[in-house]
Amino acid sequence: MFEIFGIPSTALFGQLLIGLINGSFYALLSLGLAVIFGMLNIINFSHGAQYMLGAFTAYLLLQYTGLGYWPALILAPLIVGISGIIIERLFLQWLYKLDHLYGLLLTFGVALIFEGLARNEFGSAGLPYTLPDSLRGGQNLGFMFLPNYRAWVIVASLVVCLGTWFVIERTRLGAYLRAATENPTLVRAFGINVPRMITLTYGFGVALAAFAGVMAAPIYNVSPQMGSELIIVVFAVVVIGGMGSILGAVITGFGLGVVEGLTKVFFPEASNTVIFVIMAIVLLVRPAGLFGRRG
Amino acid sequence: MERVMDPVAQKQPSALRSQAETIAFAIMVAALIVAPFVTYPLFLMQAMCFALFACAFNLLIGYVGLLSFGHALYFGWASYLSAHAAKVWGFTPELAILTGTATAAVLGLLAGALAIRRQGIYFAMITLALAQMMFFFALQAKFTGGEDGIQAVPRGYLFGLIDLRNEMAMYIVVLAIFLGGFLFIYRIIHSPFGEVLKAIRENEPRAISLGYKTDRYKLMAFVLSATLAGLAGATKAIVLQLASLTDVNWPMSGEVVLMTLVGGLGTIFGPVVGAFVILVMQYKLASVGEWVLVIQGVIFVSCVLLFRRGIVGEFAHKLRIKL
Repeated sequence: MFEIFGIPSTALFGQLLIGLINGSFYALLSLGLAVIFGMLNIINFSHGAQYMLGAFTAYLLLQYTGLGYWPALILAPLIVGISGIIIERLFLQWLYKLDHLYGLLLTFGVALIFEGLARNEFGSAGLPYTLPDSLRGGQNLGFMFLPNYRAWVIVASLVVCLGTWFVIERTRLGAYLRAATENPTLVRAFGINVPRMITLTYGFGVALAAFAGVMAAPIYNVSPQMGSELIIVVFAVVVIGGMGSILGAVITGFGLGVVEGLTKVFFPEASNTVIFVIMAIVLLVRPAGLFGRRG
Repeated sequence: MERVMDPVAQKQPSALRSQAETIAFAIMVAALIVAPFVTYPLFLMQAMCFALFACAFNLLIGYVGLLSFGHALYFGWASYLSAHAAKVWGFTPELAILTGTATAAVLGLLAGALAIRRQGIYFAMITLALAQMMFFFALQAKFTGGEDGIQAVPRGYLFGLIDLRNEMAMYIVVLAIFLGGFLFIYRIIHSPFGEVLKAIRENEPRAISLGYKTDRYKLMAFVLSATLAGLAGATKAIVLQLASLTDVNWPMSGEVVLMTLVGGLGTIFGPVVGAFVILVMQYKLASVGEWVLVIQGVIFVSCVLLFRRGIVGEFAHKLRIKL
């Protein structure tokens, strides 16, 4: 046991770890928001609710079908992603020609519906989700104890984030996506079904949120309001990073998670607000955001 | 905002237009004078506070095209300061309300200066995030009473003379504040300043190219909107004798958006109608608990998809008048 700046090292590394975990969720969610915004020009306010739905789907799969964590990690994003596709086909597709703000208002309504339904069904108290046996236990690293599950969350979300970056920036499919973002009419002229691409993009972004929700289920309790609390912070993360760059969203997400964790060690009262304060400073110094383009 | 101004209505002769507004205003005033004899004055006073709140919010979204998703910040903090001034500092109600309103003006200046640095969708996210930050401050600050809020705020004596515990006296004060705020907003919208705001809403780069410093106009509109939202919140704290976390939390920001959307974005009377409709709905549905959230969500979705003009906007469109 040694101390850094008068803080016991275990506390410091413990909070750093929590920061990285929170950062994983910030990164996954802001990545999803950025992908959806790039293609649909809509800020998906229901992103938090869809994260919550992912966690609840995992919980219900375990309760009623006995399917555990690993199947849920695939199935829940799939199910929630399909529900997202339905939402896009039913509602969102009518809004693309209107002001961006209507998309925000509509998805806010969708978020209220999901949260209200979940509260009716499960109450506001959190429900526990048990960890898979394979991920119990942990490693003693000498300077701290690292629970296996937390290590898994960080690695898995890093892999998913980098995978998404690779697909969008380095593959042919990603090239179509980026082209359709710039000029949908021209891309359609090449015989590519842009509306279907938009639908699938929304489904994929939503599935990312649900994936984060499943990973969060064993760490935090599964509760109806878990998404609405998180989404506002993620909005601040998105404002700080700017939505222009995929890697930017990922780096900002992890970085801010760590900063928040460190704030908990050195100045606990400010840990709730530190990300918002950073947002205010970034707006003063670099109004376009750290990785954003002006506009 | 898309098509808040109706091109058909704009072509009507201006005599009819101003007449329609005058008639509607007369009906509103008459209804508010008769109403306390028909239904609960306390409910009406609360509804007028929310109506003024929604009108203040509408000034931004309807006439400058800026969606603030954090207006609970000004409403809630004004209500805290007003309650604190009346209860702890022993201010008379008019001074307490002024204290709350001034607080909202300062907060609006600070938040507005940050938020107008980004456009469109980012503006909404920034206002929401700043409001959430101030919510956490309210949660942690000592004087706000945390989860309990500030309770049993004395209504006191207006100018040290008129006892506001009398429901009728309180009602007249709230009615005067509401009508004053409403007419002030009407005046802003129809002033040269208001015309510039509408120009920014329609085409900001064009307004800039014509030499208008649009950032200053936007900031001014933001501060005015925050101040009037604060006036509503400060009055509400005196009327209900309570300031709580509910007033400063994000669902309140969502509620004022909903009221304005239901009534009609960019219409003068829409937010008033919307506020009354939503509040009546909440009273009627008080027993169904969390379903209120679901119903609000459904109203949001259906308004955006089918009913973008809102109640008043739709009505005005049918009659080809401007309200």
